[in-house]
Amino acid sequence: MKVTEKDVAYVAGLANLELTQEEQAGMVRDLNSILQYVDRLNELDTSNVAPMAQVSGRYGVDGSKQGTERFSYASREDIPEGLRKSLPREEALANAPDSDGMFFKVPKVIER
Amino acid sequence: MDLTSLTIDAARSVVQERRTSALALAEAHYARIQKEDGQVGAFLTLSKERALEQADRIDRMAAEGKPLPALGGVPVGIKDVMVTRGVRTTAGSKILANYIPPYDCTAVARIEAAGAVVLGKANCDEFAMGSSNENSAFRPVRNPRDLTRVPGGSSGGPAAAVAADMAVVALGSDTGGSIRQPASFCGVVGLMPTYGRVSRYGLIAFASSLDHIGPLAKTVKDAAIVLRTIAGRDPMDSTSADLPVPDYVAELDKPVRGLKLGVAKEYFGEGLDDEVRQAVEAAIDKLKRLGCEIVPVSLPHTPYAIPTYYLVATAEASSNLARYDGVRYSYRAPGVTSLAEMYRSSRDEGFGTEVKRRIMLGTYALSAGYYDAYYLKAQKVRTLLLRDFEEAFTKVDAIVTPTSPTSAFRLGEKSNDPLAMYLADVYTVTADLAGIPGISVPCGETKEKLPIGLQILGRHFDEATILQVAHAFEQAA
Repeated sequence: MKVTEKDVAYVAGLANLELTQEEQAGMVRDLNSILQYVDRLNELDTSNVAPMAQVSGRYGVDGSKQGTERFSYASREDIPEGLRKSLPREEALANAPDSDGMFFKVPKVIER
Repeated sequence: MDLTSLTIDAARSVVQERRTSALALAEAHYARIQKEDGQVGAFLTLSKERALEQADRIDRMAAEGKPLPALGGVPVGIKDVMVTRGVRTTAGSKILANYIPPYDCTAVARIEAAGAVVLGKANCDEFAMGSSNENSAFRPVRNPRDLTRVPGGSSGGPAAAVAADMAVVALGSDTGGSIRQPASFCGVVGLMPTYGRVSRYGLIAFASSLDHIGPLAKTVKDAAIVLRTIAGRDPMDSTSADLPVPDYVAELDKPVRGLKLGVAKEYFGEGLDDEVRQAVEAAIDKLKRLGCEIVPVSLPHTPYAIPTYYLVATAEASSNLARYDGVRYSYRAPGVTSLAEMYRSSRDEGFGTEVKRRIMLGTYALSAGYYDAYYLKAQKVRTLLLRDFEEAFTKVDAIVTPTSPTSAFRLGEKSNDPLAMYLADVYTVTADLAGIPGISVPCGETKEKLPIGLQILGRHFDEATILQVAHAFEQAA
């Protein structure tokens, strides 16, 4: 067993998840089973292989527009007001679980 | 005239020629949904007001004798991971059960600008995480061909809607196979374009380097029409490619004679169902008779695709799903007294088991001490998987494989074994990881009358070739 209950509790904390006792036990079982399967990647020698985050730096690049910088294909002129206008306050707050019409409201953050 | 079994061109022409109206077409599909969807569960939310308004606009165009755009009056379904202004968008999750987006996804805006009538939002696995549609927080989708079986996932709703004539076409999303696998299970066409071909703006993020939007359709031509409409650079998505979009429809009838099609033994090994193998081998024979040259190729890293995928996708998901914090728009647990408790309780009550499992796996793979061993390792193997395809595509124009190792399985069959469920994507995840396009086209049925899909994979930004091959195959059927 690679992953213990303690690990699961630690990772759940990092991910802001609160797992029940039952969920925690299931998670220990599932993560171990998946990680054991994933371990087959260690059969491959990747010491001289560059990691790949995504493909769009290599493909989909118009050569005539390509600069020297990475992702320069995606650059554009700065537009002060943004690509689209900001949402009106009313719309931005419309889905908020709690608001005072001006701000999003959350439980008290600082105890005093 | 049966209004619910039309292709895009047929639907547009009957509206254009005023043999029926866009309104009647929409109503016929709503009637079909009313009749069938209680059992199937393909739709989560219907957008009648928006649909009828658009239908009316199209009917006025037709009445004035104006030429209708490519999708004029065509009823479509939208997977509920694409945001729609004013229409509830849930991602199949309780955490977004009441979310009304303030803007439209670019792909949705583009098909509406081309005249499509958006009937509603189609069911899916929660945050597109699943291969059976059993992970929807609202209800599972059932396969219209056999209600005891799954429609595949995560675009199970869109696939079932098209298969059951509840929509002419639908937009789905594919991160590990979520368009192609359900298309295969439901007997429809499913196309995943090249990464960057279609803007992801307004697609609720699962794994940003792997997410793609694409069509599910009754014919290859319909898929080509939708792709032509939604493809192309969008300033709102910096990963959308600034490349010209070919006229996929005009290129459909180009001859396939002389095209080289690769067959990789890695896609015909252990775990492949015999009936699926036979159907796909027969399909390859047919392509040969159509004049394609069949060339053996090797994709040696294929057995490492699933583990790579489940590290990369979950790592990205754990980051993307951090935004659901109960502050700005997602579910907030009642009765919480501190900020930390609010985050944790809201996420715990709002997310389903599979989503939590993937957030946990992804967070673990990114956490201090494990990053190099898991996430970085997977990114390196991802490079090897891409190289496999680059090498193969120096020899062939496209690669043909089964879409999924089996036909549709039964509800509940794999739902308690996450690993078994993940293996349903064994032939589809490689294309997502490499960013290449893929299409699934029906290629027969099992003895139990369950559909089987043939997958055709192509070079980056060469959707035209895989559409040609799929079209030639479909026409010869």
